[in-house]
Amino acid sequence: MPDVMGTNNNVLVVEKLVKHFPINLSGIFKKKWIVVKAVDGINFSVKQGECFGLVGESGSGKSTTAYMTVGTYEPTSGSLLFKGEDIARPAVKRSMHLKKDIQIVFQDPGSSLNPRRNIQNILEMPLRVHHMIKKGNSIEKRVVDLLDVVELPSHYRFKSPITIGGGERQMVAIARALATEPSFMVLDEPTSALDVSVQGKIINKLMRLQKEFDLTYLFITHDLSLMRNVANRIAIMYLGKIAEIASATEFFQKPLHPYTQMLLSSIPILFEEEAKLKPNKIHSVGEIPSPVDVPPGCSFNTRCPFKTDICLAEDPVMREIEPEHYARCHNI
Amino acid sequence: MSETLLDIRNLHVWFKVYGGVLKVLNGVNFNVKFGEKVGLVGETGCGKTTTMKALLRVLPNLALIPEGDIFVRDNNILKLNSKELADLRGRGLSMIFQDPTSALNPVFTIGQQLFDIIQYSAGSSGRKVANKKDVALRALRETRLPDPERMLDSYPIQLSGGMRQRVCIAFAIATARDLLIADEPTTNLDVTIQDQVLRLIRDLVEKKGASLILITHSLGLAREITERVYVMYAGNMIEMAATSVLFEKPFHPYTQGLLASVPRLSGGGFAEGIPGRIPDYRNPPPGCRFEPRCQYAFEPCTKAMPPCIDVGDGHQVACYLYQNGQEDRINA
Repeated sequence: MPDVMGTNNNVLVVEKLVKHFPINLSGIFKKKWIVVKAVDGINFSVKQGECFGLVGESGSGKSTTAYMTVGTYEPTSGSLLFKGEDIARPAVKRSMHLKKDIQIVFQDPGSSLNPRRNIQNILEMPLRVHHMIKKGNSIEKRVVDLLDVVELPSHYRFKSPITIGGGERQMVAIARALATEPSFMVLDEPTSALDVSVQGKIINKLMRLQKEFDLTYLFITHDLSLMRNVANRIAIMYLGKIAEIASATEFFQKPLHPYTQMLLSSIPILFEEEAKLKPNKIHSVGEIPSPVDVPPGCSFNTRCPFKTDICLAEDPVMREIEPEHYARCHNI
Repeated sequence: MSETLLDIRNLHVWFKVYGGVLKVLNGVNFNVKFGEKVGLVGETGCGKTTTMKALLRVLPNLALIPEGDIFVRDNNILKLNSKELADLRGRGLSMIFQDPTSALNPVFTIGQQLFDIIQYSAGSSGRKVANKKDVALRALRETRLPDPERMLDSYPIQLSGGMRQRVCIAFAIATARDLLIADEPTTNLDVTIQDQVLRLIRDLVEKKGASLILITHSLGLAREITERVYVMYAGNMIEMAATSVLFEKPFHPYTQGLLASVPRLSGGGFAEGIPGRIPDYRNPPPGCRFEPRCQYAFEPCTKAMPPCIDVGDGHQVACYLYQNGQEDRINA
């Protein structure tokens, strides 16, 4: 395996990470197990202070990767190193400082915030759990400070999440994640449930917070145009495997993997200047196969316009095509 | 009038709710010519789908239409009886819904559902349609579904998301229609599948010479497919122009804000978005509904709805800024 890791100051190092979900297909008495290969051996690393983007279509395993990082799922195999410490275990078996250090913002703030609690309660919870308030300090002041960080007025702490708008809810979710003063945040499609006019504010706020608190982001989205504007490095996932990793500029100017090219040419665009960035139109054909039944050889071979015999037989390995630009394809 | 297929004039739709009336649509004017592809763009909750539901007369019981007319081929839809309406729906209009999973009935096969549609579109005469199967197969073939014979015997759950949406398109085009309404047809699909489905809709509409209304919140989609775009905000049409003109030179402050907050593939960041959110429909602002969020708002905006002002080449804007020399306020 080539060194996809980069070399130093890595916060998160993921190696040969695998997550398989067994599914019982038939009835209670006659059990027949099949395996969904949600994540199937991925390698990447996230450097200190960067925003690492993970893109892919639905079912490509990007959220599963995120959930393994925060400990919702236990990996089937492989290693997850966070600042040199092995974190390949579910959250209940992790030490408190890890839970404090790694936080997540979910996609839909409507369901990630408890509608029966007011925002004060929601923001207090992480502060109490992690003993963030020293004796004698007011917890309310800290809550107001947190709301201030995400530019919400202090009286919002008495509101219920259902009475505020989607963008404001997501801001509360971000404030909750920041409450424990984490160094690493997983952002799982933080704006895909929101409108464009609200998205801008959330994203710009996240980018400022990253500088202010020296955060490292693992940013997950399916929106490539958004990714272009936020990420330093991008990995693209297809059927539980990473197809290409490159720096954001390189990724859009010189996409190597046919899947990346297909994805880029499928994006609807708004402005002429963007049209120049599109690779020669590769018409998208076929659909993403089921992760239960991954085709042999390269998993993209069912849709690839450039496939050759070797693609049907052999799964390509990740190679460094250009410095810091990795792709997993036989034909590059 | 002969070249206008659909003409919605000054349509108001209200919803009776606990504690008042939601004044959702507030004088919508909208028209579609024969063979034209029109886009309807707006954010969540701005009344796009309500407009189309009013057009199909499938509004819920609590909705009322205090004012306005909808003409399809010079017939006022709001005054038709149920028999005439069934004929019109069977022959004139068809709709592709956002979520193909809930638009298809899970307990009937694709074939059964498709045969029903073909039977009903023959009109209320009750005459049996002889060659249903041929018509059905042709429709499925036209949407480039693999193995249409087998498709007729499949249930919706046996198909993937992209295939389900193709089936919905097949339903919509199985019999000749004047107008196809696509309500966010690709929002639930992945980018590469979205590209395929959109190309399919566009090709079919062009082949059949039908008109298309594409409802979407994605400005990029509207740009790729449509010839003319309406921008909607809080129940009002605020801007209408030829697609190329609108994206080159938007006039309304809302459209400008929206376009600036779309992330671009070429990078370079994006605007903060538009502050605030859609007004409360129980108590909408008396004047322009965008006034509380508008940075250029001045005195007349708070008093009455701005009229539609023609700024040349059929480009219409509902904004006081373009009335007799107020333009310099934008630069001020």
